[in-house]
Amino acid sequence: MIGRFLLALLLAGGALLAQAADRTVADRFDYGLVPQKIADNSWAFVGKTEDITRDNGGNIVNTAFVLTTEGVVVIDTGPSRRYGEQMRAAIARVTDRPVIRVFNTHQHPDHFLGNQSFAGIPTAALPAAQAGMREQGGAFADNMYRMAGDWLAGTEVTVADQAAQAGRLTIGGHEFELIALEGHTGGDLAIFDRTTGVLYAGDLVFLDRAPTTPHASITHWRAALDTLATLPVKRTLPGHGPVHDDRRGVLQTRDWLDWLDGTLKSAAASGMDMAEVMVLPLPERFAQMPLARSEFERSVTHLYSRYEQQTLNTAAPSRLKQK
Amino acid sequence: MKQLLMTLGLALGLCATVGAADPLGSSRWPDLQREYVGTSPVTFDARVEVLAPKVAEDSMNVPVTIKFRNLPDVKRVLVVADFNPIVKVLDYQPLLAQPGLSFRIKLQQASPIRALVQTGDGKWYAGGVWVDAAGGGCTAPSTGRSAPDWASTLNQVQARVFHDGQNQRVRLRIMHPMDTGLAPGIPAFYIEQLAVEDASGEAMLRMETFEPLSENPVFSFDLPDTGKAALRVVGRDNNGNRIDAMVQP
Repeated sequence: MIGRFLLALLLAGGALLAQAADRTVADRFDYGLVPQKIADNSWAFVGKTEDITRDNGGNIVNTAFVLTTEGVVVIDTGPSRRYGEQMRAAIARVTDRPVIRVFNTHQHPDHFLGNQSFAGIPTAALPAAQAGMREQGGAFADNMYRMAGDWLAGTEVTVADQAAQAGRLTIGGHEFELIALEGHTGGDLAIFDRTTGVLYAGDLVFLDRAPTTPHASITHWRAALDTLATLPVKRTLPGHGPVHDDRRGVLQTRDWLDWLDGTLKSAAASGMDMAEVMVLPLPERFAQMPLARSEFERSVTHLYSRYEQQTLNTAAPSRLKQK
Repeated sequence: MKQLLMTLGLALGLCATVGAADPLGSSRWPDLQREYVGTSPVTFDARVEVLAPKVAEDSMNVPVTIKFRNLPDVKRVLVVADFNPIVKVLDYQPLLAQPGLSFRIKLQQASPIRALVQTGDGKWYAGGVWVDAAGGGCTAPSTGRSAPDWASTLNQVQARVFHDGQNQRVRLRIMHPMDTGLAPGIPAFYIEQLAVEDASGEAMLRMETFEPLSENPVFSFDLPDTGKAALRVVGRDNNGNRIDAMVQP
């Protein structure tokens, strides 16, 4: 009798332990996605303004969805298969209408590695972004895995299967304007919902989080920001950072790019080498911005050799006899 | 992982009977010390400063600046990366140059990058930093290999001299694949020797260079100002191809 009681106790304890263990695993890979309403029929999932870590699993990005009369339009799918799945589940808690269209704003892994979870739904990106996903997607996923670990388990690169066309596109009563730009990468798709006045800017706009530049052209990026500044925008969802109603995101991104360009130019003109440039002081207005120092270091690696190269001249071969 | 390595390194460091404890906690240090410094004592000294990013954004081009401004009479600077498959990066004799230099290296994995500095009295001083890296920098083919014309610019020197009123900073870029020999089917092919000479042919600085230096290596040196006289850059690679260029001030 006592034996049986003990056995039952043991089994119960074991079951409890197993349940607890399951819950920890689930907790660990739960992005905790909660949709934030940003306009009529429009929601965003706002990520942390951090670097990708094993704690945040790559939830450092903003994604969004718009509920139309035809179905749901998704803008960016997050950093992993899991994120995509959890995003779909979170959307399903808001509406039972199906997801009918997906857009990827650009080729960076935190914006499209969740595509796998939207398989079978038309997914569009600019041709340059499709090419970037195809050519570098594997390396992106490897690097994401290295930084976020098991959050990435089962993630496979799924390239956007349709080429996005610039211009107006009406879906279920929402009039979207697809704007083909470049600068953050070679193919940056900004989506302006004229019905709500929300601009889904992708990574052309950062706010209160230092911009990243691994595939950037500062010249094109500035031109893209000029284009965005002409739109009658009521509210902006940046690629990283908070939703905002004024032009802060565009202005701050522009300010950072101008400072970066000027700093690299004058460093090259005074003959500095890369590691010396990386430790230059940050201006006060950027000193407290999350990731300002590490993104500046990264940007020096991405961009400085172009500035430096412009200062070097080809030396004439010597005609002297070598000793 | 790095923490584990560091703990392991510290433990090994404590077990080692020879040499000072490595502040970078690298398990490779006792071996490296034996190999490059022999039985001489090494002092880890804040006057030997190594600047490099905490994370290598591009494992093929990790920028490094070494300064030893307040250390008198430096005769030799050895640069090593503990966990690279080829550890030795360069062996530098400053001669007349100011105490510091910059260059870029390939990193195969996270590693300390350190400078071992020997002064005229034979003493060794060391400084260094850990650089985290996704890796693969040493086993990838050089990018120039995919361009058909890399051979036509081989050993071409691009340069610029910057004057600050006292010294002149010389920046050099030398076109060379700097193949490590670790990429399948591509033999080691790298610059071995490099010197900057004044107009009279006197060496102002000299160094031996090794495979881990980046492709088309870029260097910065600070030299006493030689006014309007041209500088001459001479060297050769391990296949005997010469580097020889005049750099106008």
